[in-house]
Amino acid sequence: MLITQLKSKETIEALAQGKTVIINCHGCKEVYFAEHEADELQKDLNGVTQIITTDYICNPDNLKLQLLKHTDVINAADTILVFSCGVGVQTVAAQFEGKRVYSCCDTYPLPGFQGVTPLNVDCGQCGECYLNGTGGICPITACSKSLLNGQCGGAKEGMCEVDKEMECGWERIYRKLEKLNKLDNMKYDAPKVRNYHNPNAEEPTI
Amino acid sequence: MRITELFEKGEFVLTAEVGPPKGVELDHLIKDAHEYLKTRVHALNVTDNQSSVMRTGSLATCKVLKDEGLLPIFQITCRDRNRIALQSDVLSAALLGIENLLLLTGDYTTLGDHPQAKPVFDLDSVSLIHAVKRLEEGFDIAGNAVDGAPPKFAKGAVVSPCSDSVDVQLAKMEAKVKAGCEYFQTQGVYEPEKFIKFMEQAKQFGVPVQLGLIIPKNVGMCRYMNANVAGVHVPDEMIKELQADKEKTKAGDTGVEICARLIKECKDYAQGVHIMSLGWENRIPEILDMAGIAPITPVV
Repeated sequence: MLITQLKSKETIEALAQGKTVIINCHGCKEVYFAEHEADELQKDLNGVTQIITTDYICNPDNLKLQLLKHTDVINAADTILVFSCGVGVQTVAAQFEGKRVYSCCDTYPLPGFQGVTPLNVDCGQCGECYLNGTGGICPITACSKSLLNGQCGGAKEGMCEVDKEMECGWERIYRKLEKLNKLDNMKYDAPKVRNYHNPNAEEPTI
Repeated sequence: MRITELFEKGEFVLTAEVGPPKGVELDHLIKDAHEYLKTRVHALNVTDNQSSVMRTGSLATCKVLKDEGLLPIFQITCRDRNRIALQSDVLSAALLGIENLLLLTGDYTTLGDHPQAKPVFDLDSVSLIHAVKRLEEGFDIAGNAVDGAPPKFAKGAVVSPCSDSVDVQLAKMEAKVKAGCEYFQTQGVYEPEKFIKFMEQAKQFGVPVQLGLIIPKNVGMCRYMNANVAGVHVPDEMIKELQADKEKTKAGDTGVEICARLIKECKDYAQGVHIMSLGWENRIPEILDMAGIAPITPVV
């Protein structure tokens, strides 16, 4: 089981730019997902061309199938907002390489079942989702050192110093941001420091 | 003395790297430092459990060198300490009068002799620079006030000019400068044209850069670095040069000549040189002589 919590309304409003498609994932029944709050918030967003509510978007084959009938509207969109756990956001971002894909939720850690999260994307359930600044590639799980401020310099020909079979997560992030014309994302005002305490995580009210 | 003061005066700043041993016998290190380095380089980098191999600590060794009348640079990695221990060690450095820092992310634990150890990486090079800057402003990274007069350091970091993805390196360099980095030492350079091209792009940040050199001891070492060390590439011609006269290479003379030549070719584009001799401290005076760099007056 895991818990997601919506990012603030101001954050989500700032993310919705141009023609926006929303994808809600109601896959794992065990997930605490703020469904009602998400519905209310989505009503007020500008530029929304389609709201798609589906399930198990963490599975790329399933995602592809579910979104087939929405191909035209997604192709025409500037932004895709995803309301799901971190795995769902990464799967959508990988599926739509050239699109701005943003996470509207923070995924909090809880022990045990982690939804249907097979394959090679992973969510660190850090509770402060970084995917919006990193082109939908998670620095917590794609970087061996879980670095937040760019590559460590240990990569050789793009491969990680820890696992030579694994691509350097920060090189992947850099190349993706380059493609999205979003390299300015790496110019933070203050370096990012992870919060291991997660004081904002609310108790689930299931 | 902070080495940033030397850069500000327009000095061509010379540094060399020394590694504490696995054990507490520092006599050899101190003797070499006095004999070969004291009048040739301004400051000595002291590595922090280099290559993730457990050794005597950098901070304690820095203090010993300082007491010996040498100027140490305290290297700190984020591999073994969380943000509490890192900031505490930075304050301890100030307490001991260590004013020069080189702030690094650090190699991963599995590369060293304790592969079972827990890798920490609570902060990284950029957030560590930020944390030191905050301490200098009188606050810790959590925002709590630090008592008394805040410390002041020369805050350094590293960059790889010959990385196969130099654009990513430049982005990281910019983040370090923005966080408060005041000087850079580079990874080992063997390709002057790449270094010069890199410096043309890096000069926009307005921060001094020391050319990093690793003495190429033999062909095996170069091949190993080409296969395993990030940001280092020894070109084929240089490997052929090391192969050409085996006796000369064995005596270490080819490596010394190569380093001296690299300094000459890159000197006009760098603000100093940093030599990683990996035990060949005794060859550093020759390298500098051959490159036409005169002895210095020691500063402490």
